[in-house]
Amino acid sequence: MERIIFYLLAIFIVVFALLSVTTKKLYRAAIYLLFVLLSISGIYFLLEYNFMGAVQLSVYVGGIMVILIYAIMMTDKIEGPLRTIPTTWKIVPIIVTVATAATAIYAIVTNSGIQKENVASVTTVDQVGEKLLSYDSGGFVLPFEVISVLLLAVMIGAIVIAKAKKLVDQQKNIKL
Amino acid sequence: MILTNTTNYFSQFIAYFSDTIGWGMGGQILAYVLIAIVYLIFFALAGLYLVYLERRVAAFFQLRLGPNRVGPWGLMQTIADALKLLSKEIFGTDRKDKLLYHTAYYLVIVAALISLSVIPFSNGIAAYDINIGVFFISAVSSVGILGLLIGGWGSNNKYGVLGGMRSGLQMISYELSSGLAILTIVLMAGSLQLSEIIHQQQAGWFLWRGHIPALIAFVIFVIAGTAESNRTPFDLPEGEAELGAGYHTEYSGMGFAWFFLAEFINMFIISAVGVTLFLGGWLAPFGITDGLGMPWLWGFIWFFIKVGLMIFLLMWFRWTFPRLRIDQLLTLEWKYLLPIGLVNIILMAVLVYYHLVF
Repeated sequence: MERIIFYLLAIFIVVFALLSVTTKKLYRAAIYLLFVLLSISGIYFLLEYNFMGAVQLSVYVGGIMVILIYAIMMTDKIEGPLRTIPTTWKIVPIIVTVATAATAIYAIVTNSGIQKENVASVTTVDQVGEKLLSYDSGGFVLPFEVISVLLLAVMIGAIVIAKAKKLVDQQKNIKL
Repeated sequence: MILTNTTNYFSQFIAYFSDTIGWGMGGQILAYVLIAIVYLIFFALAGLYLVYLERRVAAFFQLRLGPNRVGPWGLMQTIADALKLLSKEIFGTDRKDKLLYHTAYYLVIVAALISLSVIPFSNGIAAYDINIGVFFISAVSSVGILGLLIGGWGSNNKYGVLGGMRSGLQMISYELSSGLAILTIVLMAGSLQLSEIIHQQQAGWFLWRGHIPALIAFVIFVIAGTAESNRTPFDLPEGEAELGAGYHTEYSGMGFAWFFLAEFINMFIISAVGVTLFLGGWLAPFGITDGLGMPWLWGFIWFFIKVGLMIFLLMWFRWTFPRLRIDQLLTLEWKYLLPIGLVNIILMAVLVYYHLVF
């Protein structure tokens, strides 16, 4: 039964990923991407990696997709044919896509014999937390701290943007 | 009486079909389907009777009688309403995006149904007793937000879009506060699994054991929960005076009924999570019914009594507070609830570290 569910999810991912890049409607592209992300979280749940599945749901579906939809609502052409971009702009994306696909295919072909390890199948939150804050080998404390600094910078940036008009007004008053 | 080793009745049920009868994989699938049907029936009945309860409570607060003609005490009123909605013609705007328009209510209702599967209704009665239960509920509920956004956009109506954007904004904002309130209790329990959290409360409910910070967290959770389920005083996304009916302006018949049902089920889920985290879930107060036999039945009874009280509290709010403006709503969240929640979680961490909780 797991095999059937896996193939169903895989077909979902492939079909909706293709639809999301070929559709002419911007809002629908976002929704197809939403289905891709939901199916990927389904694969995590199938692997009994529940924590990762829930993170996928809350970060990608609840966070990034909502932001993406708000961003799409602010673009000028949501419906109808998209603006065509110059051919020269397409070169870099094509190179990046081909390189990524080649890397993924190479990794799959060279490592195709790996079996699922029969370690304790359910990862608890304690284990995730300890790994996140450990500075031994295999610990994630440095990425964790870097992300914290990044988030702080983003928050300060958001406050500055939100208060920009007020700050400019204050400076004008000082000059006068 | 300390209950430690829980047997999950659902896994026993599945094992009965696959092993005891010996139908193997087919029996397993049959058991899954039967459990799903039970949950669907519960979903429909709970939705219908919460609507009935809401109307009766509203009538009680306004010194009226409420629905009292169809069936005894008007109990069949909402069933009649549902039949009416089923037979209604479905019509919408002309140039709606049909795919998005019809996907929206499925997303909302599936999210509500999946959250329902994690909640322990009694000792060992939870369909999917996952080890990250609380986090899972908050993750799945974010799929429901997208349902509202898509529904608002797909119906090609400016009030729909505005209502969808407002509800998305409101739910993302208040998710932070309710998440912080939940984390405050998770600090005490040391687990995210809902059944484990309930088992830890046999020495006393977390609302009493965590004294000051738990009380603050409970108040924040109730306010944020009311906002997350889009209920008055936070029902701006569908404020009649400004937006028609918000994201479901252009839905009629069953399309509207799905949104309506999901809203009431969300209220049930928020009450159930609040009861599980703060009020001991299905545990009897002071263990007064522990020796009477049939522990799962008493679990059901206490769980539904507590959830009923929480739901009554939410309905009470509706007829007590006037609706907020959108700027007041955001001020309440970002300038009051979120800082209080952040300080509260630090306070709770200090208390837990020095063993100052009971």
